Amino acid sequence: MSATSAPSRPMIKPERASFPSGIRAEWVKFRTVRGWLIGLLVAAVLCVAFTFLVANGNNEGSCTPSGVCTAGHPFVPTGPGGEAVADSNQFVSQSLTGSGTLTVQIASLTGLISNGPANMAPSLAHTRPELEAWAKAGILLTSSTNPGSPYAAIMATGDHGVHLQYNYTHDQPGTIANSLPRWLRLTRTGDTLTGYDSTNGTTWAQIGTAHLAGLPTTVHVGLFATSPVSFQSSSSGVPTQATATFDQVTLNGRAGSNGWQAHSIGTSAKDYYPTLGTGSYHRSGNTFVLSGSGDIALAVNPLAGGNTASGSLWFGLLVALIVLIVVATMFITVEYRRGLIRTTFTATPQRGSVLAAKAVVIAAVAFVVGAFAATVAVPLGVHILNSNGNYIFPASVLTKVQIVAGSGALLALTAIAVLALGTILRTSAAAITTGIVVFVLPYIVSTYSSGGVGTWLFRLTPAAGFSVLGVIPRSALVNAPYTMSNDYFPLAPWAGLAVLCAYAAVALGVAALLLHRRDA
Amino acid sequence: MTETIRAEWTKLRSLTSTAWLLVGTVALTVGVSAAIAAAIHQSSPGGDPTKLALTGIDLGQAVVVVLAVLAISEEYGSGMIRVTLTAMPRRLVLLAAKAANVAGLTLVIGVVVVTGCLLAGRFMLPGAGLGPAHGYALVSITHSPTLRAAVGSVLYLVLIGLLALGVATAIRDTAVSIGAVLALLYLPPLLAQVVSDPLRRHIQQIAPMTAGLAIQATTNLRSLPINPWAGVSVLAAWAGASLFIGGILLRLRDA
Repeated sequence: MSATSAPSRPMIKPERASFPSGIRAEWVKFRTVRGWLIGLLVAAVLCVAFTFLVANGNNEGSCTPSGVCTAGHPFVPTGPGGEAVADSNQFVSQSLTGSGTLTVQIASLTGLISNGPANMAPSLAHTRPELEAWAKAGILLTSSTNPGSPYAAIMATGDHGVHLQYNYTHDQPGTIANSLPRWLRLTRTGDTLTGYDSTNGTTWAQIGTAHLAGLPTTVHVGLFATSPVSFQSSSSGVPTQATATFDQVTLNGRAGSNGWQAHSIGTSAKDYYPTLGTGSYHRSGNTFVLSGSGDIALAVNPLAGGNTASGSLWFGLLVALIVLIVVATMFITVEYRRGLIRTTFTATPQRGSVLAAKAVVIAAVAFVVGAFAATVAVPLGVHILNSNGNYIFPASVLTKVQIVAGSGALLALTAIAVLALGTILRTSAAAITTGIVVFVLPYIVSTYSSGGVGTWLFRLTPAAGFSVLGVIPRSALVNAPYTMSNDYFPLAPWAGLAVLCAYAAVALGVAALLLHRRDA
Repeated sequence: MTETIRAEWTKLRSLTSTAWLLVGTVALTVGVSAAIAAAIHQSSPGGDPTKLALTGIDLGQAVVVVLAVLAISEEYGSGMIRVTLTAMPRRLVLLAAKAANVAGLTLVIGVVVVTGCLLAGRFMLPGAGLGPAHGYALVSITHSPTLRAAVGSVLYLVLIGLLALGVATAIRDTAVSIGAVLALLYLPPLLAQVVSDPLRRHIQQIAPMTAGLAIQATTNLRSLPINPWAGVSVLAAWAGASLFIGGILLRLRDA
């Protein structure tokens, strides 16, 4: 018989509170303080209310001298991708059915720039010779002559060489420089358009191809000239005009019977793009001279004078941010004030885990408040702006998601950072003042400061987080002042949020370190 | 009353935070003014050297707000308020004593920071293109609009302190009070920038910061939304109203 051994007893593990239960504990603490819940509600309501106020203060319209005002904004075309575009040019075209090829030689390209007084409408009488760098002249094929139609064009430019561009945002640079003469060729086969350039008309280099889905059998193909607004300062641009001489114009394919037809596209008083004259066209034999003003590209501010879907939101979001800063600070400083922190650490000795649970709870709460407020405020702001006659840049579903999720993330990251500040400083007064000075004041200072200071504040300080509200696309093909005053942020949306994220991470790291090293 | 003021003074001065906040106010205000004077370069005409020299007060007032809020909210935070009210049951007299202390302290600190700002302006602005070489007078207290701006700025800080004290008496919580007062000061000027006239002008006439700081202008007074002394009166009305409401609530509520 063997000796009976004592039954092995199960090892008693020291009880460790699991992370989910830590989160639940912190959530209970949060939701049972009625003042904080009211604070969150106030934050969301204020955000919506101020968005309404800001949107309501924006009126677009024209008034007669007798004081009768009508709401309305100039016409801004929408391109095939749903984006706002510029489509103003002089176009001379024939209809083409099926496949075909148009070949031209550009003999000369010259330009004029307006130098009339700023308070006068630009006129051809007040100009000096100067060719704008993005002046364009060449061959254009489009499904219709309505502004914003799908197109493909091969063009010579003022100072950027030859380009194949299509549908306002796509671009392929050509092979030849700015030397003259320049030969251009555009070939259509079904939906596929191919651009070529040449310096002599015999050896051709293929630049690239464009696929225009759903192009009708019969299209317009012809010559165009246009020249964009030239910006000398961040706010005021002056219109320019380009004059191009085309010769050796050869169209192969089934052309229509109407011959060459001239169109001044997008140059009427109702169109938004500022032009120098409405364009002109002369033809003698096989030589065409076109003068045109405008651009075929993405629409940019300040020309479009556009508001954005998020443009009315930022002020309300700033107000909500201040409320959130107060709540997030108190979420930890109140525990220090009341001595509750010692109870908390007795129950959960893993201090880092307590801080993490608090961060998760406050971030989730802040995200919900920001996203909810934006979901309500953005459509409201857009509606008010629309009914006051303002133009608003079209916003895709993705853009709306960016605004809503971005607003939530902005509040959530700031809340985490401020919670960390509260953990570091442990008193409400110090933490909240530091929180407002670090996370709100840079934004306020930047709107007051001029020149480069504001731009740098939006790159380096937590104000960079507001870049997530930047929703107007910019284009490398348009020279425009992409500045804060025109609703362009210096950082890309998610890059700006990453800067804020870095601040939150550093604050959280320091807070965790101090939490371990100090007595509670 | 004198006894109460003395008691409150002892409480205020024996807090270490008070000394730090006073040093902070001076450093921040004069530092910002000096930094701006060093950083700018005025090339276009129409500058206002006095107003520029006093820009630091825009930021320094935040510290004054903290100081004034702490004068009462810390008593609620620590429960000290019950001891205070046991010793001094006449609550309005207590609030008046606190107001006198806050006003006195901000008056002294106001004189120091305004002097510092004006001296910084006097010595640094000529290098920024705002001196006699460019047709601007040196910043000097003997120039009557500058004297008005200087006296007004001191008064501004005192009234901001009283406004913050009134709000804190009503709210009783440090964090919420500071958040509320800073929002009340800093947000309306921003809001004014994004709405159009006449709402913009009304906001600038009513908001405590924009109305109160009109006193700092020494040139181009016609373009101000509100004339200088009327602006200070608006701020005084804010401070009076907040102390009044704070006083009523102090009287009516249990501590």
